Amino acid sequence: MMQEGLDDGPDFLSEEDRGPRAVNVDLQTDATLQVDISDALSERDKVKFTVHTKSTLPNFKQNEFSVVRQHEEFIWLHDSFVENEDYAGYIIPPAPPRPDFDASREKLQKLGEGEGSMTKEEFTKMKQELEAEYLAIFKKTVAMHEVFLCRVAAHPVLRKDLNFHVFLEYNQDLSVRGKNKKEKLEDFFKNVVKSADGVLVAGVKDVDDFFEHEKTFLLEYHNRVKDASAKSDKMIRSHKSAADDINRIASSLYTLGTQDSTDLCKFFLKVSELFEKTRKIEARVAADEDLKLADLLKYYLRESQAAKDLLYRRSRALVDYENANKALDKARAKNRDVLQAETSQQLCCHKFEKISESAKQELIDFKTRRVAAFRKNLVELAELELKHAKGNLQLLQSCLGVLKGNT
Amino acid sequence: MNAYMAYKVSTQTTLAMFRNKTFTVRRRFSDFLGLYEKLSEKHGPNGFIVPPPPEKSILGMTKVKVGKDDSSAADFVERRRGALERYLQRVVNHPSLLQDPDVREFLEREELPRAVSTQALSGAGFLKMINKATDAVSKMTIKMNESDVWFEEKLQEVESADQHFRKLHTLVESLVIHRKELSLNTASFAKSAAMLGSAEDNTALSRALSQLAEVEDKMEQLHQDQAANDTFSFAELIADFIRLLGAVRGSFDQRMKAWQRWQDAQAMLQKKRETEAKLLWANKPDKLQLAKEEIAEWEAKVTQYERDFERVSATVRKEVIRFELIKYWEAFLPEAKAIA
Repeated sequence: MMQEGLDDGPDFLSEEDRGPRAVNVDLQTDATLQVDISDALSERDKVKFTVHTKSTLPNFKQNEFSVVRQHEEFIWLHDSFVENEDYAGYIIPPAPPRPDFDASREKLQKLGEGEGSMTKEEFTKMKQELEAEYLAIFKKTVAMHEVFLCRVAAHPVLRKDLNFHVFLEYNQDLSVRGKNKKEKLEDFFKNVVKSADGVLVAGVKDVDDFFEHEKTFLLEYHNRVKDASAKSDKMIRSHKSAADDINRIASSLYTLGTQDSTDLCKFFLKVSELFEKTRKIEARVAADEDLKLADLLKYYLRESQAAKDLLYRRSRALVDYENANKALDKARAKNRDVLQAETSQQLCCHKFEKISESAKQELIDFKTRRVAAFRKNLVELAELELKHAKGNLQLLQSCLGVLKGNT
Repeated sequence: MNAYMAYKVSTQTTLAMFRNKTFTVRRRFSDFLGLYEKLSEKHGPNGFIVPPPPEKSILGMTKVKVGKDDSSAADFVERRRGALERYLQRVVNHPSLLQDPDVREFLEREELPRAVSTQALSGAGFLKMINKATDAVSKMTIKMNESDVWFEEKLQEVESADQHFRKLHTLVESLVIHRKELSLNTASFAKSAAMLGSAEDNTALSRALSQLAEVEDKMEQLHQDQAANDTFSFAELIADFIRLLGAVRGSFDQRMKAWQRWQDAQAMLQKKRETEAKLLWANKPDKLQLAKEEIAEWEAKVTQYERDFERVSATVRKEVIRFELIKYWEAFLPEAKAIA
């Protein structure tokens, strides 16, 4: 299992997290193909994921096997889906975000530099905290990569993709190099063109009510999720800062309390303990909010973007189809290249209809998934908040009792 | 602006020196400052620890005077009231200070003459003044031959306690700021969640999200309250305490001043004796008489100052012991109340 021995206090992340890590997506796990990340190792500036597959499908040489993959290889897989014309009609599961330990590493460095200016206890405490934070980020990035793979495995069409099978099975380095500068520039321009195009295409009113409604809905929803995600991040950050402060107050009180052993100092020690425990609870609350709320919102931000992309592709296909129709009419009028125009029109029509059909199903699935995921996470969030609030109350009451008893 | 805040001071007593058993008077903030001025002038140099009054706050009072109709003005008045009460409690709990006629007058007399010399305590704040005074004293290279190691120990304790409490104070203030931030961010998140709920087309989820928004709104209120609580009970208390420690340092400084006067007088005496010796040798009888008189004068002074010093040391010693006892009770009580 993963290196979980880093923090020695009561474990920072509660037991709920040890269950199936598909926090954000409610998926039917299918015995014919099960994928998970069984292990992960963090080295200097990369993370190595051990992708473990269990399958009864004949395509694979064995029934159970594992390979080691890095983040770039996940991105490669995702991009290969996006660029595949055949998958234009599906919501491509969003790529997992790059593992980002920079902030944590910076803090660790600052801590190392400031070592001389604080007491031994303070230093060890802050170090423990940072290590716990690092561990939390680590667990999160593993979860996100896993969710991506699970989504692909659950999708009836994508799970058959050849690249996916190679990704799962080929036990040597895929030699996927990151994009070089030229390719990154190309990507950038592609995105610019795409967003300009997207604006044009979005203006085209759709004949189909279902899709018209979906378009308006998705646009608005996406923006609001973005906003909610940003605000929830800010809120959680404030919460963490407050918890940090409480931590420092606790150590300061502790230092005061150890000056000598008068009653006042014993009092200080007790209060310091109270603060310490409060801080642990507050930090837990912030972490839980982060996991259940912020991550949920972030994930649906990415998914709604993927859904928007699907709609864009469909609209694009529609425009192409209409253009092909116009070209056909012109050709017929001029009686030139009619066959060519006809074939091209047939192709566009076919493409458009194929996309429309699968898109409809995909969008309906998206809705169901979304509702289920929100439900699960909001329920869990509420339960956790309740649990922590009760714990906090109990803590304060017992401390009050102890202090009163002192008189 | 001529408007001012008057605080009601009610006393209940069985002491014979007061005219009635219960009585109430109205006092302004400057009256409290005036009381402190008088007490510190009279008793400070003798080594008593005179409790310091709360700080002047231009911003706070302006808000109140302008009639700002929000909780911040009311909060400020409440905080000030609490601080003034603590101040008076400390004064009357001090057995010697209670005997002072000024204190009695403050509690009893219907109309007090306006204290005008409180300008000195304006703006910079009391704490800064104490700091300047102690800095000046320590810069005087007084290498005191500490005959009593008790004083040295105590002074060190006081100084280290002062440092710690200052640090604690900054930390608590930072916590308050973060809590306020948290409540703001929670409020904006609540709004955002409500928006999200209205965009959601699944009705059940939409309802759930808008309820989440409401809960978060309530949380915001809670956080704000908690921040206010922290400020009042915790931060204020610590600030109070720091000021008190400042007063303790002040009393130590008075003792040092007394010692210095004694030493200076001794040095003077020495010089005069040398002059006398010189005059004797130079044989100037008239100047000799003058010199003898001066010597007698200085000898008296030296004895006086020595006695003063002893007295001040004893007082400081008693005061500090008393202070330590009080420290415990004061800190304990409000804290327990705050948690409840």
